[in-house]
Amino acid sequence: MDTAPSVRVRVRVRFFARYAELVGRSEAAVSLPMPATVGDVVRRVREDFPGARALPERPLAAVNLKQAKLDARVRDGDEVALLPPIAGG
Amino acid sequence: MSFLTRAAISIDVLLAEVSAPDRGGTCLFLGTVRNGPDEHGVTAIEYSAYEEMVDAEFGRLLADARGRWPEARIAVRHRLGSIPVGEASIAIAAAAPHRAQAFEACRYVIEEVKRRVPVWKKELRVDGSEVWVDPSGRPTAKPSHV
Repeated sequence: MDTAPSVRVRVRVRFFARYAELVGRSEAAVSLPMPATVGDVVRRVREDFPGARALPERPLAAVNLKQAKLDARVRDGDEVALLPPIAGG
Repeated sequence: MSFLTRAAISIDVLLAEVSAPDRGGTCLFLGTVRNGPDEHGVTAIEYSAYEEMVDAEFGRLLADARGRWPEARIAVRHRLGSIPVGEASIAIAAAAPHRAQAFEACRYVIEEVKRRVPVWKKELRVDGSEVWVDPSGRPTAKPSHV
């Protein structure tokens, strides 16, 4: 990233549980102009996949296996997960 | 090692992981699949997870617990797949030199699991319906173990 600037970031988006059912898939590849945030990824997903419009505008999200806020920056190659309300235990 | 399993959780294995001669207090928590008056005829719960993140989050969570109770030893398993009513979905064993740390560490882990660990559950009901449990919003889905 530091030495080879790219004008776009590509991230892998993963959907789980009810969100995977709504979107009709468990993952997608999304390409966004830099700089991009988790919130930008959510907006793009909601635009690109019809079922994804049923997702909340501000879902719980994780980047690279750690919960992240919607204003967190995403980098090329990141894995962004959209997480339904946690119900473990 | 993964904190996840698709088989019935072995409590003996968990207890063996935490027991030691200098740990005189052991607290064991089991969360079991429930069919009470609020559950509309649940026969089983289907658990699914973001498995890689569950393991990462459990690692962070247990590191946090070690920071708070350095003398405690904690073992945890979360079961995935379809779990019938009455069987355990999660087991936490915490052992420490004295009971207070064991109880506190065990309670800390289950509360943090509820808050941080990406696991989801779908109730399978006797009438054939399936309902995702949303502890944050659905009034009939009270958080378990409270």
